[in-house]
Amino acid sequence: MLPEIGHFALVLALVVAIVQSVFPILGAATNNAQWIALAKPTARAQLLCLIVSFACLTASFLISDFSVLYVASNSNTLMPTIYKVSAVWGAHEGSLLLWVLILAVWAYLVSVFSKGISAVMLARVLSVMGMIGVGFLLFTLMTSNPFERLFPIPLEGKTLNPLLQDPGLAIHPPMLYMGYVGFSVAFAFAIAAMLGGKLDAAWARWARPWTNIAWVFLTIGIALGSWWAYYELGWGGWWFWDPVENASLMPWLVGTALIHSLAVTEKRAAFKSWTVLLAIFAFSLSLLGTFLVRSGVLTSVHAFASDPERGLFILIFLILVVGSSLLLYAFRAPKLKSTGTFDLVSREMGLLVNNIALIAMTVTVLLGTLYPLFVDSLGGGKISVGPPYFNTLSIPLGAVLASAMGFGLFLRWKKDKPERVFSKVRWVLLVALVTAFLVPILLMDFFDIKAVLGVFLASWVSLTALLWVQEQGRSPFKLPLAVWGASIAHIGFAVMVAGITLTSVYSTEKDVRLVQGQNYEMSGYSFLFNGVKEIQGPNYIAQRGEIVVTRGSESIVTLHPEKRNYGQDTMPMTEAGIDGGFFRDLFVALGEPLGNDAWSVRIYHKPVVNWVWLGAALMSLGGLFAAFDKRYRRVRRREEKPVVQQPTKSDVKEAVA
Amino acid sequence: MKKSALIPLAVFAVLVVFLGVGLGLKPREVPSPFIGKPVPQFVLPELMKDGKTISPADLKGQVWMLNVFASWCFACRAEHEVLSAFINAEKIPVVGLNYKDEAEDAKNWLAALGNPYQHIAFDYKGDVGIDYGVYGVPETFVIDKKGIIRHKQIGPVFDETVVDTLLPLVLKLREEKI
Repeated sequence: MLPEIGHFALVLALVVAIVQSVFPILGAATNNAQWIALAKPTARAQLLCLIVSFACLTASFLISDFSVLYVASNSNTLMPTIYKVSAVWGAHEGSLLLWVLILAVWAYLVSVFSKGISAVMLARVLSVMGMIGVGFLLFTLMTSNPFERLFPIPLEGKTLNPLLQDPGLAIHPPMLYMGYVGFSVAFAFAIAAMLGGKLDAAWARWARPWTNIAWVFLTIGIALGSWWAYYELGWGGWWFWDPVENASLMPWLVGTALIHSLAVTEKRAAFKSWTVLLAIFAFSLSLLGTFLVRSGVLTSVHAFASDPERGLFILIFLILVVGSSLLLYAFRAPKLKSTGTFDLVSREMGLLVNNIALIAMTVTVLLGTLYPLFVDSLGGGKISVGPPYFNTLSIPLGAVLASAMGFGLFLRWKKDKPERVFSKVRWVLLVALVTAFLVPILLMDFFDIKAVLGVFLASWVSLTALLWVQEQGRSPFKLPLAVWGASIAHIGFAVMVAGITLTSVYSTEKDVRLVQGQNYEMSGYSFLFNGVKEIQGPNYIAQRGEIVVTRGSESIVTLHPEKRNYGQDTMPMTEAGIDGGFFRDLFVALGEPLGNDAWSVRIYHKPVVNWVWLGAALMSLGGLFAAFDKRYRRVRRREEKPVVQQPTKSDVKEAVA
Repeated sequence: MKKSALIPLAVFAVLVVFLGVGLGLKPREVPSPFIGKPVPQFVLPELMKDGKTISPADLKGQVWMLNVFASWCFACRAEHEVLSAFINAEKIPVVGLNYKDEAEDAKNWLAALGNPYQHIAFDYKGDVGIDYGVYGVPETFVIDKKGIIRHKQIGPVFDETVVDTLLPLVLKLREEKI
């Protein structure tokens, strides 16, 4: 019964979404107030339907209803409850349901926090989001229905992909989807603005907090995924330039560019059509990511079930959404006149450099990701593009970005003098240079010019961000949240740059053969291998090694790397033993048994690797602070009055009167 | 309308063409080195006929299939019905390679689901599976009258696989002269 209710609620959600995507936008075009007024209730009703549907699927998992194909394929009775819940989005069908649910949540939030937005604008925004919902609901119902029944009913289900049986992974997809789907809000705002033909400071002010929050979720989602790859997959790295990773990085890069260009659009009425284009791109790249992941056109470590039929559906959807919005852009962009002018040395120029660097990175990643596809399409056979390509191009671009970041904060809008800016930051420049040479010489094992560059950029960005806060000349507690946000996010970027550079340059990684009782020395640490025992987990059997780490006479930690077998013909999983710390990680993973009590063991010493994720966490925090700046709420209330007093031609209130 | 405003649309159009072509290509379908090669030889005990053995040489001169299966393999259960129907309809000789399985489990499995195989080779240690490059059970090989592997299917056989690939191929191979 539950699956049928869930299925029915899903169909109902589709019907509601169709109403939501047709009537409010038509109402906005024809000044029909009743149709416009449908926007909010339909958005909310759609959320309600999808909550019911999602709850039914979750309940089917919790009671292990194996008459549902999706439940039988992704869970069994032995699995811990938390993974029964995370199994709901552990495979294709359920993750789509999560996607549409999150889209509905965003639309609901827009409908609630929309006080300053005119009813016409809101109708257009919610209609556009409704259209996206229709596409994905159709996709779910037609190609990937999670409520499909299975007969005969098996006594026991299969198991959830063991890779996903991890707390980090349980929340990684929802976070990532919140980010991906969150960009649909900025996208819908951009489309609505183009339809209305008006794009002003108020528009940018509405779009900014929404973009920030989506970006925060995406940042957390990507960081969690990377963190998980590091400690769960036991590969010892944190980024692999895998197509699926790249698919999430591209919207993030464009989203970062969008956050900055929105600032220019709001404050200086410049970059208007560019901002609109970025809003379209950010969401389009999220859709492209979905296409790449779900269609199987590219081979990835994320071996999701993929199928070309589903790929065709998403491709058609992609053409409709992106094609129509870019067509609209082609007609309307020339009308979005940017009035603000600026000089060669100005904050606008600084942000332009930021945008160019970020977009160049996006293009780099896009080309590298799709290049195997291009070559294969043109009959060139199957190739793959490796990390050297991505690193060679993205590191210089990152350096350009970081250099500009320090100056950018101090530049004045419209016109500035280079001498004035330089006089403010020259001491910082000096301190950053000295730090850059001192850190590798005093704290690290050897001198390396890449480390100098990395530490220099990191100190430069973080010190300028701090100096900038101090420059505001107010008590830290009275500063607007947006100032704190920008500063923290920039410091987060700096921490990440430092982490990436130092861990890439100074990590030691060894694959060694160890016999029980054997000792291995590395980077001043001693690793004593105490052999491997078999242990029984809740739904797996593991080979569990014991490695005692000491440094001189000081005992550091005892690590327990595992190789887990979840049965049912799944790959064995490596669970690394990690002793994490602020300044270094010790990482031990079990390889293969080599006979006679000998095992191949992988031992890593990774300095400051955690800074990579610490940096991401700080960036997210900064984004969050900026999104909740009082300014956005205060200005909105003020904005309402002029709308009422001077109804424009497109304003519904005139139609009512 | 300014022409420059059309650039993003044009770039997108090019991208879509490649994505569309990409859908038709299958990156996971790495060409198998076994296609066109003689079927690897083996002599294994028959699971259901005590004391007898089975070897690919016994089937020379006819079009036949080798299906790798195991009682522990969930996807084998999924393909079993489709595969059985195909075997019975076409009267095609099929050797089941019972891969890394317990004899008792395999017999119970076949008793419950039915046994469509003419012969079942019992590959307890999985050595033969290695010769055949088995990495995703179930796998299905189509072998022609000369004993050459003509097709390898990794993963379960579905209705579409039968209609689109296996049936046309078997009919074609039967026409071929030795």
